[in-house]
Amino acid sequence: MAVKPKKDEYKQVSVSEFFEKNRHILGFDSAQKSLFMIVKEAVDNSLDACEERGILPEISVRIERKPNDIFRITVEDNGPGIERTIVPRVFGQLLYGSRFHVLRQTRGQQGLGITASILYGQSTSGEPCEIITKRAQDEVAFHFILGIDVRTNTADLKVEEPVIWDRESGTSIAITAKGRYVTGKQSIMEYLKEVAVVNPNARIHFTDPDGKSLVFERSIEEPAKPSKATKPHPYGIELGELLSLSQITESTTLLKMLSSEFSRLSDNSASEILAKAGIDPEMNPRDLAKDGANAIMEAIANTKLMPPTAESLSPISEQFIRLGMLSVYGEERPSFFGKPVSGKVRIYKGNPFSVEVGMVYGGDLPSEQPVRIVRYANKVPLLFQPGSCAITQAVSDIDWRQLGFDQKQGKGVPYGPAIILVHVHGPRIPYISESKEAIAPIEEIMDEIRNVIRIEVRQLRKFNSRAERNKKIGEKFNLVSVVVPEIAKKSAEILSMEIPDCKMVISRIANVVFVREDIAGENGRKTSRTSVVNYTMENISMNLKIVYPFGEKDLEIRDLPPSESFTYDQDLDKIAGGYSGAEFYFTGINPVYVQGAEELPADWGLKGVETVEE
Amino acid sequence: MRNSENTEDSLKEFVRLIYEAIRSGEIPEVRLKSRTRENIVLDSLLGVWKYGDQEVVRSARKMDGAQFMAKSLYTIQFILEMLKDSKSSTLREMYYISEGWKDYKFSAQDESNLLVEDMEVITELLREDFHLRPEENGASIIGNITIEEKNRKNEFKRINCRDDVGDAGYTIPYNVESEKLRLISHDADMIVALETGGMFDRLVENKFDEDFRAVLVHLKGQPARSTRRLLKRMNEEMGLPVYIFTDGDPWSFRIYASIAYGAIKTAHISHWLAVPTAEFVGITASDILTYDLPTDKLNDKDVGALNAELQDPRFNTEFWKSEIETMLKINQKAEQQALAKYGLNFVTETYLPEKLNLKS
Repeated sequence: MAVKPKKDEYKQVSVSEFFEKNRHILGFDSAQKSLFMIVKEAVDNSLDACEERGILPEISVRIERKPNDIFRITVEDNGPGIERTIVPRVFGQLLYGSRFHVLRQTRGQQGLGITASILYGQSTSGEPCEIITKRAQDEVAFHFILGIDVRTNTADLKVEEPVIWDRESGTSIAITAKGRYVTGKQSIMEYLKEVAVVNPNARIHFTDPDGKSLVFERSIEEPAKPSKATKPHPYGIELGELLSLSQITESTTLLKMLSSEFSRLSDNSASEILAKAGIDPEMNPRDLAKDGANAIMEAIANTKLMPPTAESLSPISEQFIRLGMLSVYGEERPSFFGKPVSGKVRIYKGNPFSVEVGMVYGGDLPSEQPVRIVRYANKVPLLFQPGSCAITQAVSDIDWRQLGFDQKQGKGVPYGPAIILVHVHGPRIPYISESKEAIAPIEEIMDEIRNVIRIEVRQLRKFNSRAERNKKIGEKFNLVSVVVPEIAKKSAEILSMEIPDCKMVISRIANVVFVREDIAGENGRKTSRTSVVNYTMENISMNLKIVYPFGEKDLEIRDLPPSESFTYDQDLDKIAGGYSGAEFYFTGINPVYVQGAEELPADWGLKGVETVEE
Repeated sequence: MRNSENTEDSLKEFVRLIYEAIRSGEIPEVRLKSRTRENIVLDSLLGVWKYGDQEVVRSARKMDGAQFMAKSLYTIQFILEMLKDSKSSTLREMYYISEGWKDYKFSAQDESNLLVEDMEVITELLREDFHLRPEENGASIIGNITIEEKNRKNEFKRINCRDDVGDAGYTIPYNVESEKLRLISHDADMIVALETGGMFDRLVENKFDEDFRAVLVHLKGQPARSTRRLLKRMNEEMGLPVYIFTDGDPWSFRIYASIAYGAIKTAHISHWLAVPTAEFVGITASDILTYDLPTDKLNDKDVGALNAELQDPRFNTEFWKSEIETMLKINQKAEQQALAKYGLNFVTETYLPEKLNLKS
């Protein structure tokens, strides 16, 4: 738990009292959801802090049951820690980050979630919260017990003492609050699981109220790339923001203010805007009134500007989505892991955003149930209000029937064995409410979600046709390698004669070279065996390229006699979670003789999934 | 029936065909008469429908054909073992025994029954020759006819099917050949075969057998081979005419057709099972109209079956065409017990005497 504060990034608001009376606005609207919100706020802050400093997150969440529906929630991280003098302000006051100055993509945006959690705990259990925090450069950690004085909107510091804490850095926060612990779709457990999917570089420990614990293991040792803070783009500004900016800016003229406080706004464009608005460029910003600000807003809308920069975006990344889905959903044994797709940077109302989609399909996933849609906004799982969310609505707009899913009249959430992960991210994602539970169904965002899902799903179509073909090949292979020899053996047995040689018959039936993969597992070790079986009547030679999810192998096969096979074994220990199978490509042999592999494409090396405009 | 040596030779001939094909590098093939409606032709000499010349080829080139061959080989091996040990088994037992054949086991008993019939067609033998038999199906006879049946002590026991049996009658065994069942004598004018047990009991209670000198046979729905074979023997050896009294629906028409003309599935042994002179005295569409019988509406399957019968060469007669078309038109069917609308005695006092031209 760490909120990294900079004095000038926060502004005090006297809203403690207001929020205590209207806590549902922040999502504390039921006993079970309040418990969830506390964990969510603390974990989101921990992940943000770790990401900002390039730390591999190690987060532990513990929930203990106390009498009378009271729970004690402890969230501990290995983040950078917080300087002791600002702890009371970070935790004890309802603050908001003046996001006006810094436009960047983070999990927590309002900076008031954790304080609201403390406030909620205090008012339902009467207990203050307990914090331990240590920075790497400090010798000792500091232990705080603090509550919030609602009337003065300040921290009510009860204890502040140095303690020995045997860790490099980190923050631990414990909140005691009334609540209800549940499991299922909208639970803390599900939240942490979905967090683990998009943070494969985090290790997350969870101990539930019954003392059962569980660890989501880290599957990659690489810190996430933090987003950069950028200035706001003029297209995204609101009237109130423009007015307050004019009061605090250090620029001495409006022209200077526009060109220095905004992103992608040159002196020329700024002059053009002010000319259109009919406002003196040399005007002192402090003198800007509402009418003038309105005129500027209108002029901005009518001026062609460079689009916002994508620097403020922080995608989960294709690699992280793939690894995360592999390690968390691998145990559900899907048969297909789609290559995640990251869309281009798009703009809505001057705000850049982007969409990422990942998908797993088939295998042991239930086919009679609605497709599982896993929603994320700025790397935060969205568990509530799925029906109102832009993601769910975009998925429902797509006609899934041609992809083999069941969908009534081509509308609504489809039924089929799939998990679809959709991540919408950007510095200003519009939500349907302050509690940030669902993304507002803005047309530009929905369009892009549909677009990226379609690109992702195209791979599935390829996979399905490949699976279909493999099934046919498998049948033929079984026919010549098992059934025909069995007929030969059995007929010889009945007649008490010698088993006839069936190579010739097999060649007549098949007359191809089969390339196939078998997965064998012994003592927990998995091996992929590639077999090349020559069922033609001639010796054959070919070059085979095996593409595993983790790398490639080139093999040269020379003069393989009829009915003989060539095998290559690959250890699969490198693979965490599920393994979706290798792809086979060949050269150096007439393609009509090969089944189970594809001719090496001429554009080898350029292959891959690219986002294409629909 | 042939002796077991002949059976063994015939089966091994089939195996040798496959073996030799493989040894000479040819893809093994099995040819057999196509067992479909399109391939049955009238044997004008015998008056029964048999398979025509159309053949199907089962080739090991395809998975289906190869599986058929492999399963046939397992089946033949099993039969040969039974012949050697002088054992026999029911079709159902063989289906369960196939469990041990793993990849080549039968997926359902229908599959094994069909395969055994295929083997009959290929080898021109009967399943009895393979020491395979069906379960008893309990079809029965009441009437003044005397037979001898070999019991478990290997002695022939004389039974009069009217005086020596209970209300349920004499139960027809699965083997009705002369080595097991001898026809001794009778004092009757005809055989009336009934589709349902209810009608069988009605005729027995009304003493139709005595009053009209009839032998009553309960078919129990679609009759088993042994029931049809016994009807044929009584008809041929004792000169008794056979009348078939069924419900009035497409499925009952098929019961009649299988007795009189031969069944499509067993057309290879029609000459051995069918009674071409058997007459239909069951409920017809005309009867529904004439007697104003209580009816049920035809369902989709009924309509499908009637339309299929219009394509069936066995039903290609004026009588059947008009009855089937009428039934489709009125869209109604009736059970034989619907005759009870006019009282319990109507069937024996009016309906049957009229149908059988017994009223003088």
